[in-house]
Amino acid sequence: MMRDLTELGIAAIRDGVAAGEFTAVEVTEAFNANVAAARALNAFIVETPEIALDMAKAVDADRAAGKELGKMAGVPIGMKDLFCTEGTQTTAASTILSGFVPHYESTVSANLWKAGAAMLGKLNLDQFAMGSSNETSAFGNVISPWRIGGGNDAPLAPGGSSGGSSSAVSARLCPAATGTDTGGSIRQPAAFTGITGVKPTYGRCSRWGVVAFASSLDQAGPMAHDVRDCAIMLGSMAGFDPKDTTSLDLPVPDWEAALSSDMRGKKVGIPREYRMDGTDQDILESWDKGIAWLKDAGAQIIDISLPHTQYALPAYYIIAPAEASSNLSRYDGVRYGMREVPEGANLQDMYAATRSAGFGPEVKRRIMIGTYVLSAGFYDAYYTQAQKVRTLISQDFEAAFQKCDVILAPTTPTASFSLGDKSKDPLAMYLNDVFAVPASMAGLPALSVPCGLNKDGLPLGLQIIGNMLDEQSVLNAGLAIEERAGFTARPDKWW
Amino acid sequence: MSNKYTVQGASGEFEVIIGLEVHAQISTQSKLFSGSSTEFGAQPNSQVSLIDAAMPGMLPVPNMECMRQAVRTGMALGAQINKYSRFDRKNYFYADLPQGYQISQLYHPIVGEGEIEVTLDEKDPDSATKRIGVERIHVEQDAGKLMHDQHPTSSYVDLNRCGVALMEIVSKPDMTSPREAGAYVKKLRSILRYVGSCDGNMEQGSMRADVNVSVRRAGEELGTRTETKNVNSIRFLMQVVEIEARRQVDLIEDGGTVIQETRLFDPNRMETRSMRSKEDAHDYRYFPDPDLLPVELDDAFLEECKQSLPELPDEKRVRYENELGLTAYNAAVLTAESETSFWFEELLAQSVERTGKSDKDLAKQCANWLLSELFGALNKLGVTLEESPVSPSQGAELLSLVADGTISGKIAKDVFEIMLETKQGAEQIVEEKGLKQVSDTGAIEAAINDIIAANEDKVAQYRGGNARLLGFFVGQTMKAMQGKANPQIVNEILKKKLDS
Repeated sequence: MMRDLTELGIAAIRDGVAAGEFTAVEVTEAFNANVAAARALNAFIVETPEIALDMAKAVDADRAAGKELGKMAGVPIGMKDLFCTEGTQTTAASTILSGFVPHYESTVSANLWKAGAAMLGKLNLDQFAMGSSNETSAFGNVISPWRIGGGNDAPLAPGGSSGGSSSAVSARLCPAATGTDTGGSIRQPAAFTGITGVKPTYGRCSRWGVVAFASSLDQAGPMAHDVRDCAIMLGSMAGFDPKDTTSLDLPVPDWEAALSSDMRGKKVGIPREYRMDGTDQDILESWDKGIAWLKDAGAQIIDISLPHTQYALPAYYIIAPAEASSNLSRYDGVRYGMREVPEGANLQDMYAATRSAGFGPEVKRRIMIGTYVLSAGFYDAYYTQAQKVRTLISQDFEAAFQKCDVILAPTTPTASFSLGDKSKDPLAMYLNDVFAVPASMAGLPALSVPCGLNKDGLPLGLQIIGNMLDEQSVLNAGLAIEERAGFTARPDKWW
Repeated sequence: MSNKYTVQGASGEFEVIIGLEVHAQISTQSKLFSGSSTEFGAQPNSQVSLIDAAMPGMLPVPNMECMRQAVRTGMALGAQINKYSRFDRKNYFYADLPQGYQISQLYHPIVGEGEIEVTLDEKDPDSATKRIGVERIHVEQDAGKLMHDQHPTSSYVDLNRCGVALMEIVSKPDMTSPREAGAYVKKLRSILRYVGSCDGNMEQGSMRADVNVSVRRAGEELGTRTETKNVNSIRFLMQVVEIEARRQVDLIEDGGTVIQETRLFDPNRMETRSMRSKEDAHDYRYFPDPDLLPVELDDAFLEECKQSLPELPDEKRVRYENELGLTAYNAAVLTAESETSFWFEELLAQSVERTGKSDKDLAKQCANWLLSELFGALNKLGVTLEESPVSPSQGAELLSLVADGTISGKIAKDVFEIMLETKQGAEQIVEEKGLKQVSDTGAIEAAINDIIAANEDKVAQYRGGNARLLGFFVGQTMKAMQGKANPQIVNEILKKKLDS
């Protein structure tokens, strides 16, 4: 009478392995089997069952030897394929990095392995983390495990860019996965698939070894079943890294130990500017429910204003592409990855041919936008202006956090949509991140926690945004919602 | 006559305006943003880190020693030091630039305005001096090196130099002749070497200049400038100014227009050639590097930079003149290069220690010996001061033998020859070869008596009024004493005997 170990999350696996209820190898084997059986989701670019087993064996051996186990000992996870992993292909879901096998390990993944986690494989994503539906990957779309049902089997978007992560966690292919969030890429897919995802304060997690999209915005974070699991995993990912000068030289708090859903004495701000046209009624209703739950948890609800919210998305779509256009210059076919050399080509021809063939359309679009906004004559009108907007957005939040401890808002304006629905309209796609982008621009910690289903039976998420470095309040408010939302819905297994 | 440099055209005289951007490699063990070695001449691609090769996910970490050296250099130029500076990305594609951008400082350089005083003719202590403004110094990454001679159809790239720290020292357009431009770079190089922030080795490319030249008729507005890139010697630099000014004047007089462009100097054909015009110029899309925080320097850091500065050439020159009593010329030559002044000061200090005399008493002797004897010998050997077979301590040993009368100045020259050949110490040579100067008046008197006896005719001539014959007697006496007689005593005794 074997229990299904893939039903367990991080805390349960860690505790079970530590207590000897089951072995890390047993856990890993169970998840390896789920991964192998779920190729229809296309969540993984590379599966690494052998690596996962070796890492699990090491944990079991440590336990047998009586050694102290790490905080994620025995927990197999999925690794977004934006993190460089030594000896395992790393592509950022782009053809231009096809066949690239790093000789180094990203700091975040190394931290996780040190904590005893094991790697099930490299997860699919939007190419270079650019996208909100996981339709820009060179390795094909990731399919959400969720369906509307009732005869409507249209494949749905798992969100993006961490769509492989959200799909895999939601479908129980792994108990948790890493994500990265530049403008919502953890929170939006978490919301679309009924899981929890945390983007910590900018600088909590080292960016060293993470393929860069937009350096001033990129932040790694955990995606898992619940708030506690995210707290555990974030604790294992975070920490100062002298190799990343933007990483924060601060101790990592024990977020798990300080989890509390008691919101008495806490003030929750409700930003009036987030009541936008085009937001689904279901979303607005879920927001109201969230307000009620936090009240129930003892919080005081206050109305706040974040007056520059409407400028956040346009400013984001200047700053992020600007940085990306420069960050992606290194993919030139000279030293690694793809190289296209047409007959008789000179150096410039090789660059053009390689980059034309290697980058997907959305990546090219953002390189073009970024190049444009940085060019002579346009720089001040776009880039400088966008940086000013960014400062104003930060000031909005600073003022708000004088009045409240956390901010409650929807994660997304809609639930998941069908693949193909928005892929031809970039602006409609970009709007998905309208609620997520402001916290990214200000570098603030934020999470998405599942709060229920919409009328189509698709998951919805609520977002908590916290003050700089105050992940604890974000996690605690998320936990208060989680306890009251009682979200237990699961996608029906069709894959 | 006016010393003003002009270029004579058919229609009149033209003035030349010159501005220089000097790229100086900062002398540090490791690169600006990575731990790779900066050593010159290593095997291609043996000093390349993951960061230098711009592998995915790699991040730059500033080497604060590079910033420190830039600050010290700025202080040596009396320049404004910016406590807040920032790195920007200069974006362009080239195979020697793996990141696809150079990390530089456009908007907020670490050093602001300063100036350099140059002497237009260092051989002439009375030559005019001129103050040439420095606009700014910023810190940036060097690029790698393409090698086109390794393969018939492909080029190779060596990334060893990629990411090495450079200071770009930008002058104001304050120079008006090739000579001023040359003097500016010479002086700048000297200061950098004193400070220790750059070895100034132009042959190895650790210092190179982009030369901006424009011409105009007297009183007219500034002309359009051209920029000749990567000039790697002072001689070439002066040639570039001359050639480029001539070319521009000829062009204008032929009814043409100077266009703003980047040019290359071809020293073999003695011409500059267009590389790319302004229209083809890259749009570098500079923007603040989001991987790096601004550089903020605190007072303690600045104080340490200040305290660590050595005495600079101008201060030294004044001190040599005023406190050591050296001639303006000697003071200028001794301080022009840091090595010379360090050598001189070591020689002087050791001589003071050996003789117990004051440095003022010994300075002239040391300076003369160094500038004539030692430099003459090094010249003959074709080696630099750093490669000198004789150390300052050995020089002091030799000079103190002269100072205390053990040997004469003439014998000292012979001893020095032997020192160069055998690398033996002066005292040992004097001892072994029995070269000690004879100051024993008895022995000298005896020798003189013999010579006077043997040359009665000459004695008579001398006494008859031919005073020049004294030299003959001195010579004979010295010869008889194998050159070891104390010349002062020889003179005294001779005069006494001949004049009596």
